[in-house]
Amino acid sequence: MTENHQHNIKLPEGSIEKQTTTLNVGPTHPATHGVFQNIMELDGEQIVSTEQTVGYIHRAFEKLAERRPLYQVTPITDRLNYCSSPLNNMGWHLTCEKLLGVKTPKRVDYLRIIIMELARISDHLICNSIVGVDTGAYTGFLYVMQYRELIYEIYEEVCGSRLTTNIGRIGGFERNFTNTAFTKLERFLKEYPKVLKEFESLFARNRIFMERTIGGGAISAERALNYGFTGPNLRAAGVDYDVRVHTPYSSYEDFNFSIPVGKTGDNYDRFLVRNEEMWQSLSIIEQAYKKVQEFKGADAEIFHADVPEYYLPEKEDVYTKMEALIWHFKIIMGEIDLPKGEVYHSIEAGNGELGFYLISDGGRTPFRLHFRRPCFIYYQAYPELVTGGMLSDAIVTMSSLNLIAGELDA
Amino acid sequence: MALTNEHIQKRISEKFGEFVSDFAEPYGMLSFTVSKAYNLKVLQFLYDEADLNFRFLTDLCGVNYPDLVDSELAVVYHLHNLQENMRIRFTVYTSIAFPDVFTASKLFSSANWMERETYDFYGVNFLGHPNLKRILNVDEMDYFPLRKEYPLEDQTRIDKDDEMFGRG
Repeated sequence: MTENHQHNIKLPEGSIEKQTTTLNVGPTHPATHGVFQNIMELDGEQIVSTEQTVGYIHRAFEKLAERRPLYQVTPITDRLNYCSSPLNNMGWHLTCEKLLGVKTPKRVDYLRIIIMELARISDHLICNSIVGVDTGAYTGFLYVMQYRELIYEIYEEVCGSRLTTNIGRIGGFERNFTNTAFTKLERFLKEYPKVLKEFESLFARNRIFMERTIGGGAISAERALNYGFTGPNLRAAGVDYDVRVHTPYSSYEDFNFSIPVGKTGDNYDRFLVRNEEMWQSLSIIEQAYKKVQEFKGADAEIFHADVPEYYLPEKEDVYTKMEALIWHFKIIMGEIDLPKGEVYHSIEAGNGELGFYLISDGGRTPFRLHFRRPCFIYYQAYPELVTGGMLSDAIVTMSSLNLIAGELDA
Repeated sequence: MALTNEHIQKRISEKFGEFVSDFAEPYGMLSFTVSKAYNLKVLQFLYDEADLNFRFLTDLCGVNYPDLVDSELAVVYHLHNLQENMRIRFTVYTSIAFPDVFTASKLFSSANWMERETYDFYGVNFLGHPNLKRILNVDEMDYFPLRKEYPLEDQTRIDKDDEMFGRG
C-alpha cells in the first residue's frame, strides 16, 4: 500500500532532514514533580541542549509583602518551599527579630530547632524518596510517607496546620508545646531511625539505584560555587558550607553535629548527603529535646520573648486588660512603625541558604523584601548538568536537585 | 589575620577613591555604594585580590527608590567570602531614564538569572548580558511591576490609603 493516508499532516520545512528532535518536557509532565518546562533538543535519547522556562506559578510575593505588616508576610513564606514550610517561617521570624532587635529565650531557640530539623527531615525525605521513584522504586516513597505523617502531626499539634504551617510568631511560638506534642515527638524519635535505616538499605547499595545515579548530573565544586549552589547540592560537590555552622542562628552553636560532604556532586552523592543529613538532624533533635527537658518550673513555661509591641497578648488578657487590648489592636491592624534599616538574614533551609533581604524605611510594612531562593539560583545550572546525558537521567537530576516550584517562582 | 570590615573598607577606598562611598555597617554587615560605571571593576577587584577573596555571589536584586532623583533604581549585590566567612553588600544606583548597568554574569554564572529577574521586575538593563529577557513574568508584559509606580491595591478603593501603612 503506497497511498499516503496522512496527506493532511504538514510537517515544517526541513524537519525531515533534521537530525535532532525537539521535545517539550512540561510544563505539566508526569515525570517532573511540579510545574517545570524544559525545551530539549535531543539526538536520539541524548540531550544536545535544553532551555528551562520558569515562572508558571509566580505569585508576586515580593510585591505582596510591600503592603503587609511583618506578621502577615509569614503565610507568604509558607508557600516558598512548601515541603519544609516551618524552615521558611522561622527564617522570616529570625529576620524580623534581627531588624527589631528582639532577643529570644533559649527555650524558644531549642523548640525552634526541633521544628526546623523536623522540617529538614521531611524535606530531605521527600527529595530522596522521589529520586527513588524516578529510578523505579515506588515502594520507598510510599513507605516513608507514613513517617512524614508523624512529623506533620507534630506540626499540627503545635500550630494547627500541616503543609502551609504559618508556625511561630515574632519572638517565639503562638502557644507552648503541649504534652501531646512531646509524646508525638518521642514516638517519632523512637520509630524513625529504624525506618531511615531500612530506607537507606533499600537504596544506598542497591545496584540498580547506583547505576542509575552515579555519574548523572555531576558538577564540580568550582562550578557549583560559581553557580551559587548552597545546601546539600553544594555539599555533595565537596564544599562544607552550612549556614548553621558558619553563621549560627537560633543557638545552633550549642549543638554537636557534623556536615556531611560528597565528592563528585552527582545524583548519588546528593542522595547520600541528604541521607546523612537526616541522621544529623535526628541527633540535633534528640539533643534539643534533652535541653528542652532541662527547663523546670516557670522556665518550662517560656515559649516567647517578652516583646509586647510585636507579640500578641493572651486572648484572656485582651478581654480583661486595657493595655493588652491596645497592643492586640495595634498588632493586628499593623500599626507599629518599624525601625529604619537594611537587614539580610539567612538560614539553612532544605535546599540551601534561604536569605531574606529586608529594607525598612520606617513604615509599617517592608519597603522592599527580597527572597534569596536557593532553588532559583541553582536551577540555572541544569543545562550544564544534563547536556550530553540521557533524557532519563535528566529526570533523575531534576528530582535530585530538589527543585520546588513554589520556591523557584516565588 | 582575620578579615575585618575596616580592612575591606580601606582596601576598596584606596583602590577606587571617590567612586565608592557611604560606608556603613548596618547589623554588622559592611555596606557601601559604588558608582554605576565601576560595579564590575569593584566585583572583579573583590574577586581577584587574595586578601579579599569574595568569590561567592549570594544575592543580587533590584530596589526602586522613587524619591531619589536620578538614582531611582538600585541594584544590590551581596557577596560572601566563604573561607573567612565575611559578607558584604554594595549598592549601585542608576537613573530610571537610563537604567544601564554592567552585567556580572561573566564573572558569576549565578548572576545570569538574578539579573534577568531584576530586569523583569525593575527594568534594569544589564549591558553585556547574554540572554536578557523576562523570566518570571509573561513575555508580553510591557511594564516593570515591582517599581513603586505600580500600586498593589486597586486604586479605586478609598478605604485603604498609604497613611494606614505609615507613609503618606
